[in-house]
Amino acid sequence: MMGFQVVLLWSDMLIWLLVVAGIGVGVLVAKTPPLLAAWRRVGADRVGMAAATVLLAFIAIGLLDSLHYRVQLDGKPGQKASYAVEVLSVLDALAAPLRLRNEKTYSAPFATRLYAKETIDLPGGETLRDYPRLKHGGSHLGEREDAVAADAGLTAFRAGVLALLAWAALAAGAAALVQRGPAAVDASGWQKIWRRETAFAWDAVLLTVGLMLLVVVPLFWLAGQYHVFGTDKVGQDVLYQVLKSVRTGLIIGLVTTLVMLPMAVLLGIVAGYFRGWMDDVIQYIYTVLNSIPGVLLIAAAVLMMQVVIDTHPQWFSTAAERADLRLLALCFILGITSWTGLCRLLRGETLKLRELEYIQAAQAFGVSSWRIIVRHILPNLMHIVIIALVMDFSGLVLAEAVLSYVGIGVDPTMISFGTMINSARMELGREPVVWWSLAAAFTAMFILVLAANLFADAVRDAFDPRAA
Amino acid sequence: MLAYIVRRLLYAIPILIGVNLLTFALFFVVNTPDDMARMQLGVKRVTPEAIEKWKAERGYDKPLLINSGAKGLSTVTDTVFFQKSARMFVGDFGRAEDGRDIAREIASRMGPSLAIALPTFILGLFVTVSFALTLAFFRATAFDFWGVVLCVAMMSISGLFYIIGGQFLISKVWRLVPISGFADGVDAWRFLLLPVLIGVISGIGASTRWYRTIFLEEVGKDYVRTARAKGLPETIVFFRHVLRNALIPILTGVVVVIPLLFMGSLLTESFFGVPGLGSYTIDAINAQDFAVVRSMVFIGSVLYIVGLILTDISYTVVDPRIRFE
Amino acid sequence: MLQVTNLRLGFASGKKMLVAVDGISFVISKGETFALLGESGCGKSATAQGIMRLLPAAGRITDGSVRLEGTELLTLAEADMRQVRGARIAMIFQEPATSLNPVLTVGMQIGEVLDLHCGLRGEPARQRMLELLRQVGIADPERRLDEYPFQFSGGMKQRVMIAIALAGEPDLLIADEPTTALDVTVQAQILDLLAQLQRERGMGMLLITHDLGVVAKMAHRIGVMYAGELVEVASREEFFSRPQHPYTQALFAALPEVSRRGMALTTIPGQVPSLAAMPASCRFADRCTHVMPVCREISPDWRGVAASHTLRCHWSGSTAVVANHTPRMGLGHLMPEMAPFLDVVDLKVHFPIRRGVLQRTVGQVLAVDGVSLAISAGRTLALVGESGCGKTTVGKALLQLVKPTAGSVRLGGSELVGMQGKRLRAARRHMQMVFQDPFASLNPRLRVGEIIAEGMSALGLESDAAAQGRAVAALLKQVGLPDEAAGRYPHEFSGGQRQRIAIARALAVQPELLICDEPTSALDVSVQAQILNLLKKLQEELGVAYLFITHNFAVVEYLANDVAVMYLGRIVERGGAEEVLRSPKHPYTQALLSAVPVPRLDAHSAAIRLPGETPSPANPPAGCHFHPRCPLAIDVCRQRYPETSEISATHTVNCHLAR
Repeated sequence: MMGFQVVLLWSDMLIWLLVVAGIGVGVLVAKTPPLLAAWRRVGADRVGMAAATVLLAFIAIGLLDSLHYRVQLDGKPGQKASYAVEVLSVLDALAAPLRLRNEKTYSAPFATRLYAKETIDLPGGETLRDYPRLKHGGSHLGEREDAVAADAGLTAFRAGVLALLAWAALAAGAAALVQRGPAAVDASGWQKIWRRETAFAWDAVLLTVGLMLLVVVPLFWLAGQYHVFGTDKVGQDVLYQVLKSVRTGLIIGLVTTLVMLPMAVLLGIVAGYFRGWMDDVIQYIYTVLNSIPGVLLIAAAVLMMQVVIDTHPQWFSTAAERADLRLLALCFILGITSWTGLCRLLRGETLKLRELEYIQAAQAFGVSSWRIIVRHILPNLMHIVIIALVMDFSGLVLAEAVLSYVGIGVDPTMISFGTMINSARMELGREPVVWWSLAAAFTAMFILVLAANLFADAVRDAFDPRAA
Repeated sequence: MLAYIVRRLLYAIPILIGVNLLTFALFFVVNTPDDMARMQLGVKRVTPEAIEKWKAERGYDKPLLINSGAKGLSTVTDTVFFQKSARMFVGDFGRAEDGRDIAREIASRMGPSLAIALPTFILGLFVTVSFALTLAFFRATAFDFWGVVLCVAMMSISGLFYIIGGQFLISKVWRLVPISGFADGVDAWRFLLLPVLIGVISGIGASTRWYRTIFLEEVGKDYVRTARAKGLPETIVFFRHVLRNALIPILTGVVVVIPLLFMGSLLTESFFGVPGLGSYTIDAINAQDFAVVRSMVFIGSVLYIVGLILTDISYTVVDPRIRFE
Repeated sequence: MLQVTNLRLGFASGKKMLVAVDGISFVISKGETFALLGESGCGKSATAQGIMRLLPAAGRITDGSVRLEGTELLTLAEADMRQVRGARIAMIFQEPATSLNPVLTVGMQIGEVLDLHCGLRGEPARQRMLELLRQVGIADPERRLDEYPFQFSGGMKQRVMIAIALAGEPDLLIADEPTTALDVTVQAQILDLLAQLQRERGMGMLLITHDLGVVAKMAHRIGVMYAGELVEVASREEFFSRPQHPYTQALFAALPEVSRRGMALTTIPGQVPSLAAMPASCRFADRCTHVMPVCREISPDWRGVAASHTLRCHWSGSTAVVANHTPRMGLGHLMPEMAPFLDVVDLKVHFPIRRGVLQRTVGQVLAVDGVSLAISAGRTLALVGESGCGKTTVGKALLQLVKPTAGSVRLGGSELVGMQGKRLRAARRHMQMVFQDPFASLNPRLRVGEIIAEGMSALGLESDAAAQGRAVAALLKQVGLPDEAAGRYPHEFSGGQRQRIAIARALAVQPELLICDEPTSALDVSVQAQILNLLKKLQEELGVAYLFITHNFAVVEYLANDVAVMYLGRIVERGGAEEVLRSPKHPYTQALLSAVPVPRLDAHSAAIRLPGETPSPANPPAGCHFHPRCPLAIDVCRQRYPETSEISATHTVNCHLAR
C-alpha cells in the first residue's frame, strides 16, 4: 500500500481559511436581510451569474490544487518511512496522465510527431533525419497517423453527446428545484426558467454550464490521447500547465487583497473617524507608500526577499515550500503597495458617515467610539470593501503575469501564467512559430479575468447605493 | 492661492524624507550590505575577504547611521545613510555595478523614454476621452452597450498580449516596421510607431470605462437639466456643459502621471529594445543592481510628488471654485 | 394658452410601467398662475417635466396632449421642441445650488439663451444681460456678470435662474418648487419678484408647490394632485373659502396654527398607495374619512360645484367639518412654572478659520456667540431662525456633541461643559435629540429593536435582554408603531414612521428634555401633523420638555410655550409664545413673521420685506448684527450691539429701538 504524508503549505492554509471565511460570511449574509437583498440582486444579474459560474469552475480547479501531499517511497519494512521530495496535489493525481506523459520537446496541438527534426536510428543501422514519433500523443493510432482529424472528431462528438446528457440531467435538477420553490402555481419550473421568471438567473447559469460542459468534457476526453494544447520546450503538456497556473492566479488575486484588507479598513476608518493627528499620520504613511512607483517598490522588496530566501536555504525542506513562501511574500508585497487606494476610499467615506445623524444619535447616548465604529460605521462600509475585493482580483491576476515577466514575480519553478508566457515568448522568433503555449496561457487568463471583471461589475451594481 | 501652493510644496519635504528613509531601511537594514555582497559575488566565491573588498569598493563598509569612530560632523556624514541615501537629494546617485555614473546614465536615457511615453500619453488621452464621450453621448443605446462590452473585453486582456501580439502581427507577419530597436533623430519614428500604437490600444479598455462613468455622473446632474430646459441642442449640452465639468476629475487624475512619463514604461521599453529608463530599470532588476534600483525608486517618488503638486495647481486652473478661494 | 389634456406618463421599471401621472387635464391662460399642489411623490414635478418633454431616461409619455397656443408639443420634432424650450416655455427648479453650471460664469449661462433664441451676441447681448440682472434685483450687475455661481448666495442663485428663464422672453414659466430650498425672508423676496415679473410681462405661470401658503400668495387657480391624479381644481377664492375634496380639506386641517393650539391636528391615516399598486377606484378611498362603498368601486368623475370649481369625488357633504372631529387636548403650559431644568448662560461655539502657509488661525466662525436659554420641566421652547443662524449648533453644543468654546450649560443643576467620561454619560440620560432627516438618522444596517435599545445598553439601563425587549415593545406602542416593527429594518418604513422610531430611540433612556432639530421639515404636511400630535401626547404623558429647533412659524405657534429668535449666532428676542408672536418687538422677528406665507385669502397685510440675506457668521457686521438689513436702523445700531432690554418679566429683546 502506498502511504502518503499530507503537506500543508502556508498558501494552502490561507486558501482554505478563505473558504471557511467565505462560508462564515455566507451564513452571516443569510441572516442579514439588507445584505441578502444585495446578493439577491447579484443573483438576478444574468451576466454576473454566468461569470460566477465560470469563476466557480476556476476556483474548483484551484482548490483541488491546494490539497498537497508527499508520496511515501518504497522502503524496507521496519525502516523509517521516507517520502518523495516532490510535493503533489490532488489535481496532480487526477491529471496524472497529463503530468506524466512528457515528450522530449515541443509538439503542436494534436500532433503525432515532434516539432523538431532529429536523427533517428533505423533498424538497419542507418540513420534518418525526420520528425520523430511522439511517445504518447496519438500513440493509440499506431501507424494511422493521418486519421487524427477523424479520430479526434469522433471522440469529441461522443464526449459532446455525453456532455449534453449530463447537462440535461443538471437542468432537470434545477427545474425541479425551481418548481419546489414558493408560488409555483401555473408554470412548471422549466417554463419559469425559460421565461426568466425566476429570481435567480437560472437560465444564464444553465447556459454557461452547458457551454462549459460542451467544451471541457471533449477536451479532457481527448487529452487522454493527444496533447490538445501541445507540449512545451521540455515536453510537458501545456494543458497541465494551464491547470496548474490557475491556483497561482487565484492566490495572487485573493490572498493579496485579504492581506491588505485588515490594515486598509482599520487605518481608513481610524483616520476618518478620529481625524486630527491620527488622520495626519495615516495620510502621511499612505502618501509616502503611494509616492514610490508600485513596480519599483515591488522590485525592491522582491529583490530583498530573494536575498533572505537565498541566504536561508535551511528553512525549506522542499522546493515547493520555497516557491510557496515566495508566492506568499509576493502577495504581502503587492498587498502593502496596493492598500493605499482602499484606505483612502474608506477614509473619505468614513468622513461622510461620521457626520450622519445616526452616528450623532449614538454619540449622544455616549456610545464609545470603538463601538460606534463596529456597529455603525463598519457595516455601512462593507459594500465598498466587497466591491474593492472583487474589482482588485482581475487587476492582480494581470499584474502577476507582468511581474513574472519582469523577473520579480513568482518563483521561476512555480507554474503560473506569467512564467508560461515568459518561457514561451522567445519561441515566437522561431521559424516556424511555436504559438500554442502563449495562446493557451493568454486564452485561459483572458477567460479568468473577463469572468472576474463581469462578476465584479455585477457585484458593484448590486452593492453601490448610487447605482440602486 | 500662492499660500496654497507653497503649503503643498512644504508638505512634499517630509514625504520625500519618508521615502528616503523607507528605501534606506529596505536596502540597508532589512538586508545588510553583507547580504548584497554575497548575492553579487555568487555563492561560490564568497569569502569574508571578498565581501569586505566588495563593500569597500562601493563604500558600504561604513557604519549605517552614526560613525562613532569619526570626529565632528563626520560622525553623521561619514556613514552609509549620508553617503548613499541623503546624497540622492542633491542628485548624486553614485555608481552602478558596471562602474558607470548613474546620474549621467539617467540623463541620457530620459530622451528615448519620453519619446515613447509622451506621444502614448497624449494620443491615449485623446482617444480614450473621445471614445468615452461618444459612448456617453449615445448612452443607453446598443452602441453604448457594445462599446462597454468591448472595453471590458479589452481590459481583460493582458498587457503582454498586446505587445507580443502586436510585434508578431505587424513586425513579423506584415513586416511593416522593425520589431525593436531605437534610433536618434527623425529616423526614430519607425521605431516609435509600434510601441506608441500598442501603448494606446492597451490603455483603451480601462480608461474609457472610467471616463465614461465620470461623464455619465455629470450627465445626471441638475445643471444639465437646466441646460436642456433652455432649449440647447444635445451636442452643446455635452460639449459646453458636461465636458467642462467632467474634465475636472479627468484632468486632475491624469496630471499626476505626467512627470512619471520621464520614467518610461518597463514593459514597452524592454520588449522594443528602447534604451530608456524603463529598460534600464529592468536590466538593473535582473542584474540585481541595488544602487540603480534605489536611485530609480527615489527618482520615481520625486516625480510622483511633483505630479501631486501639479495636480493641486491644475485644480486651481480648471476649477473656478478653487481659483477664487 | 397652455392646454394639457389627459396627460399620462410613467417610468419604465424592468418590464413594467409605473404610471406616475394618470390622465390629468388643465389649462393655463395668459397672465394666469396655475398652482399644482400636492405632497411629495404625487407626480407634480413629473407633469412639469412631461410638458417640457424633459423626463428622465426611464420616463415615457404614454398618452394625452399638450397644446401651447394650438401647437401640439408632444408630437413636435425634437429640433422644433428645442425652439419651444427656453423661448416659449421656461423653467426654474427647486435647488438653485445645483441647477447652475459651476464652471461657467453667470454671463455665459444667460448669454447662451440670448444667443440661441434671440440671436443676440457680443455687446447687445451684454447690455441685455445687465438689464435682465437688474430686473431680477441683482445689484452691481456689471461685476456679477463675470462671476461664477458659487460666488452667489442661495437667493441670488435663484434670481440668476429666473434671469436665465426670462432671457428667452417665454410665454409660460414653469416654477418647480422655486422657494422650497430658501429661507422665509428670501422666499418672500423671490415670490414678490416672480409675481411682479408675471404682472409686467403677462406670462402664464405653472407653479408647483406643496405649500398652501405659497399658493395663497401666488395662485389664481389651483389644482390639487393626489397619487398621479388631479382631484380638485378651483379658483383661489373658491379654493380657500370652500375646499370640497376630503383630501384638500384634510390638508387644511392638518396645518399647525395658533388657533389649533391645544388641539390635536387632523391627520390623514395611512399612506399614499404605491405606484405599483394603484387602485382602480378612487385613489383616496382608503384614507378618506367620508368613504362610501361606491368609492371603492368606481373612480369618480369630474363634477362642477361652482363656476370655477370642479372636483372628482363621490361625496357631496358639507365643508369644513373635519376640524370638529379633533379631540381637545390639555395645554402644556398649564403645568406649574418651576425652576429651569436646563439653564444655558452665554454659550459660545466658535470654529477657527485656518489660512496661509502654516494654517494659522486667522479668524473665527462665530456659529454660536453668547446664547442664553432656560427651559423648565415639561415646557416647550422654540428656537427659531433661518438657515446658518447657528440654531442646530446650539442643539449639538447642549448635548456636548460639539464642544462649546465658552459658557455654561447646567442641566438639573450640574454643569455639563467640561464634564467627561462616566459623569457625562450619566448626564446624557436626561437629555436626548431627535434629528431632522428621518432617512439619515437611522442606521440602515440595524433592526428597529436594536436601534431603540442602543441607548439603553450604552447607558446601562436595562441590561438583560428580556427586559430590554419589553421596554422596546412599550416604546413602540407609545409612538404608535406595532410590536413586530422591532424585528424589521428602517428601509421598510416611511418617513413619518422613521421619525417615530427616532423619537422612540430618544425616549428609551427616559430623558427629561428632548432636543428636536427640525423634526418635521422633511415631512409632508399630513405626516407632520402626526408627528406634532405625537410629540404633544408624549409631553402630556411623560412631562418631557422640548427644545424645538425650527424655522417654521406655524409649528411654533401651534406647539411652543416660549420662543427664542436667533440671528447670526445670537438670540435677538425671547419671551412667551403669545408675547413674541402677537407683539414682536425686534424688527427681525417682525419681518420674519410677516414673511411667512399664510394659507388664507385675507393674509396679506403690509409685509415687511428684508433686503439681502444673512451675512456670514465668520464676519458679522459691526454694531447690531441686523443693522444692514434693518429697515429702522439708526446711527447707534451701526456702532454697538444693543443691550438686552426687558419688555416684561418674561419678554426680552436686543434692540436699540425697543426701549
